[in-house]
Amino acid sequence: MAGSEVKVLGTWASPFALRVHIALGIKSVKYEWVEENLEAKSQLLLESNPINKQVPVLIHHHKPICESLAILQYIDEAWPSAPSILPSDPYHRAVARFWAAYIDHKWFTWLKGVASAEGAEAKKAALDQVREGLVVVEEAFGKCSKGKDFFSGDRIGYLDIVLGCFLGWLYVAEKRNDVKLLDEEKMPGLAAWAIKFCLDGAVKNVMPDKDELLDYANMVFQAMAMAKAKLNAPPNY
Amino acid sequence: MPPRWVSGRDIKLLGFWVSPFVYRVIWALKLKGIDYEYIEEDIFNKSPLLLQLNPIHKKVPVLIHGDRVICESYVIVQYIDETWPHCPLLPQHPYERAMARFWAYFAETKLLIIIAIALCARGEVQERAVKQAMEAVEKIEGVVKGEKLFGGESIGYLDICLGWISYWLPGWEEVGGMQIIDPIKFPATSSWMNTFLHHPVIGDNLPARDAMIEYFQKRSKDISESDWFEGIIRLHLQP
Repeated sequence: MAGSEVKVLGTWASPFALRVHIALGIKSVKYEWVEENLEAKSQLLLESNPINKQVPVLIHHHKPICESLAILQYIDEAWPSAPSILPSDPYHRAVARFWAAYIDHKWFTWLKGVASAEGAEAKKAALDQVREGLVVVEEAFGKCSKGKDFFSGDRIGYLDIVLGCFLGWLYVAEKRNDVKLLDEEKMPGLAAWAIKFCLDGAVKNVMPDKDELLDYANMVFQAMAMAKAKLNAPPNY
Repeated sequence: MPPRWVSGRDIKLLGFWVSPFVYRVIWALKLKGIDYEYIEEDIFNKSPLLLQLNPIHKKVPVLIHGDRVICESYVIVQYIDETWPHCPLLPQHPYERAMARFWAYFAETKLLIIIAIALCARGEVQERAVKQAMEAVEKIEGVVKGEKLFGGESIGYLDICLGWISYWLPGWEEVGGMQIIDPIKFPATSSWMNTFLHHPVIGDNLPARDAMIEYFQKRSKDISESDWFEGIIRLHLQP
């Protein structure tokens, strides 16, 4: 596998693409990053992922692999030498896969729900749900880490990557709604984990700057609000 | 002979008689010749055992392997495959494994949920859901073309994950008064359904058809009248 061409199609703001950045970094794999414009998708992206037309896509030996969780497991299997991303024991792998599904399908759906919630009451309910989800994950962190720094123990692994990629967008939700979600008092384990995760060698150089992400998010939400206002505006006779 | 005991651990499966998710686990265990105790759960009157073992989702299937508890059907199937590696379900090559995982995820998120909507809805919503489902099946048709099974010559992970298409889907088509798997439009998928169902392990491990139809007739009506069904439609169905 050494010396093979490895390409990643992604966007700098995509948390799912960030997962691939981090995983390849853990394995010290050299790769070419192709920054996609989702408003004008490249021919390569459309050909590599004709099903979803989404990032990230990992291209290895000219073969595309899609879906970030499938990509993470592929990276672990295609570059099997240490450090590993998933645990070696089947039960711990099952636990990691279970929590990855919870984070992606429940918790991240709730985080997205904050942006789409309309009205103060709905916003508060959405934010409460995100916070409650983090309390659940805090308990999982305690069980998985067994007192060590990361979900995977002494080094970052699958579940650290799966949750850690959302830290920038969590910060965006906190700032835009003027609330604390990752609360040091309610989730001391996760709060400490988040700091260590962002400082990890495979993370710190690829994680987008959170204030740049906030500026970008503000711009995107502003554009969406203007488009909506235009749609709802009375006709100009 | 595959081992029944791994370090003397006992194997139990908490399930519901008509759940396609539970059958994924049953098929994986049976294909590997693994003995287990089946415990029927009433999902409308959840037992303290289920609530204790799966407090997050409160759902079946749950696999109990000694002191280990594993939830989520596709997580359980991979756990079974990795703990008892004989008769492998996932392919050997990393790329083929990634493809199997990708398509299993696609079918779960872009097909199964849409068909569930089609089953419970009527009129214009059902029409849209059927159309969207058929677009997804078209993509799966491309994957199985030229192959006997998704796993090649033998049943694999993707066959197990998509197995509901071969038996539950025709039942849902009947209940919903709809057709999604047109054998003329989808010959490869239809052929796969037939091959999969005729495998002795699968054919011998399916819920009774009449009871299944009766169950889904009532269940789909209850879901269509629930206050959360609108939310599911808004989240998953394209305009």
